[in-house]
Order: sequence, then C-alpha cells, then structure tokens
Amino acid sequence: MLNRFANPIRFLRLADQIQPWAAILTLVLFAAGLYFALFNSPPDYQQGETVRIMYIHVPSAWMALFCYTLLAITSGVAMIWKHPLANLAGRATAPIGATFTFLALITGSIWGKPMWGTWWVWDARLTSMFILFFLYLGYIALQDAFDNAEGGSKAAAILALVGFINVPIIKFSVDWWNTLHQPASVIKFSGPAIHSTMLTPLLLTALAFKGYYVWLFLINMRGEIAEARCRALQVSQIQNAQVAKVATSDARDAHAD
Amino acid sequence: MKRKNKRLTFVMIALIFVGSAVALVLTAFEENIVFFFSPTDLESKKTPTKQRFRLGGLVAKASVKKQGGGITQFQVIDATNSVLVRYKGILPDLFREGQGVVVEGRLNGSVFQADEVLAKHDENYMPPEVAEALKKSGQWQGINTTGSKAQ
Repeated sequence: MLNRFANPIRFLRLADQIQPWAAILTLVLFAAGLYFALFNSPPDYQQGETVRIMYIHVPSAWMALFCYTLLAITSGVAMIWKHPLANLAGRATAPIGATFTFLALITGSIWGKPMWGTWWVWDARLTSMFILFFLYLGYIALQDAFDNAEGGSKAAAILALVGFINVPIIKFSVDWWNTLHQPASVIKFSGPAIHSTMLTPLLLTALAFKGYYVWLFLINMRGEIAEARCRALQVSQIQNAQVAKVATSDARDAHAD
Repeated sequence: MKRKNKRLTFVMIALIFVGSAVALVLTAFEENIVFFFSPTDLESKKTPTKQRFRLGGLVAKASVKKQGGGITQFQVIDATNSVLVRYKGILPDLFREGQGVVVEGRLNGSVFQADEVLAKHDENYMPPEVAEALKKSGQWQGINTTGSKAQ
C-alpha cells in the first residue's frame, strides 16, 4: 500500500481526484458548522454566548494533536522505511499543525479572559500546548537548517519523534495535575458531558477542519513534490556541468599534449 | 536482521528511553506542575505557606460577603476542609457560589489574602433550560457545596 505511492506521479494523480472532494466537503461542513455554532445552538448555562468560541477552539486543539501525530508517523516512516514521500508529507503537515496550534492558543486566550479572568496561566495544559507550538516551529526550522537536505530532514524527524511524548502529556495533563483548564468533555468514559445541541456544531466544525487538512495537505504536497524535483534537477545540472568541465579540460589537456 | 528492522528497533528503544526519562522528570517536578493546592493540602502542611501560592477549590454556598471598598470575602472549600479568602478587586464572570475558583496570594494567619482570583470552569456544557430541568427533576450532576460530585 505504502510502496504504491512511492511514485510521486501516481500520488499526484490520486491527489487530483481527491482534492476537489476535500474542498467541497470542507466548505459544506464548515458552513453547516458555523450556522449551528452561531445561529442554531443555545447559550451555555454558565458561560452564556462565550461558549461559541469553543466551536473553533476545541476543533483547533484537536487538529493540533492530530497533525502532530501525523507528523510523528511520517517522521517514523521516513526514518525507518525511508519512504520517499514520507518526509515531504511531514513538511506539508507541519505548517498546518502549527497554524491550528496557534489558533487554539489564541481562541483559548480570548475565552479565558472573560471566563477565567486571565488571558494566560502557566498550568500544565496551556504550557504543554505552548511547547507543542514550539515543537512545530522547531521542526519547520530544522528542515532547512542544514546544507544538505537529507541532514535537515533527519534532524527534524528526530525532533518530531521525540516531541511526540508531548501529545499524551497534553491529552492527560488535565487528569494528572491540577490545572485551571477544565478536563475533557467529549471523549470520556461516562459519555460526553456536553449537551447534544452543542455537540452538533462542535463535531461539524471538527470534521470540517479534518477536511480542510486533507485539502491543504494535498496543495502543500504538490508544492513539496515540485520543490524536491527542482532540487534534484539542480543537483543533476551541477553534476552534468562538472562532468562537462572535466571532460573539456581533459580534452584540452589531451590537445596540449 | 534487515537494516530497516534494525532502524525500527533502534527508534523504538530510543523512544522508550526518552519516554521514561520524561516520565521521571514529570514525577520529580510534580509539586511544581500542580497549578494549585487544595484546602486539604494546606491542612496537611503540604503547601509552602510562607510564599505566594495558589489555592483552588469551590466557593462555598452562601459564603460570599461583599465588604466596602471592593473587598470580597468567601470560603474556598474542598471535600473536607475550608479556607477563608479575602480579595480586593474585580471578580471574573464565572465567579459564583458553588463554582470552582483558583486564588493566588499569601496566607495571613488563617486568612488567605488573595491578589488574583481566577474562575475555574467545569467540563459540563448545556443550555440553561436543560440545567433548570435537571435541577428540578433532581438529576443534577453538577457540583454541590460539599465539593464532591452529587450522585
């Protein structure tokens, strides 16, 4: 299965087919999600209208973890199996994950000010999420920090794999330690502690964000594949030029003799 | 062993080591990661009472008293203990009796002198009508004054 898509041409052909569907699905789900979130869902009994921030905040935070998990998987596949597209997939995923982490931090802050009474506290959940943001930035920066592309990819992949430890820490931080951030509402043993009228817009925007990921990922992959091809072409051009140079100087030497 | 299997084992072992290292560090620093102490922690002298620290619990029912000059006084409780808190300033929207709260400040004798009050939100989300209906039918799962979850 994985080997089938080692060929970029085959991958791009599949991408062409999926991309319009991902785009349509994203737009439809997001429109429906926003409609429910803003017009067709009740205010919360404690938070009032501020609860609507949750419909962007929580899906963004889920995306942050989802993208990082994918980043760790692609890094593992790139390091262990040396799949030619795995590294490009990581490169294509990292900026999306970083953006959604940023969104989660910002929307959380906007919610925190009126509800908690503070923009930011250094509790376990908020801090581990902040670290996740820097792991993404580190991954992106390391990719191109080396003279040879392969060294950069390897360093970034190691960072992504080691940083994966942070993902369960983020998820369980609210259970392991006292935090200001509330514990999980949707994924818990006793069933969601969130009313169905509020769960609907939440799940719709969450699905829309997943669709958006696929859409953006495919666009990014095109860019990454094109860039990798350019790099390969450049390298081969330089090599050809060197070979030609050696050949001409050899010929000149021969002529001089 | 094939080379890729070698790499797989290497990555796995490395991850296990890094994972255990992180787990050890987190357990060692547990005291510092905890965002607040409960009134019971305070009672059992687990808290450094000379320094600033955060105290978390529920605002006891019928304990909030507004005094002149923007000073509010209330009891912060958990399942077994309570602490009297005095605070001067504006309270956050979610601050109310029976709700979670985290206050930061110093212990002054037996009174906790807070200079910051943060409201803690729980994980329950529901429309006001549903909350009303649950309370009326006696199925309210929210937090009661004793701090333990009502059954």
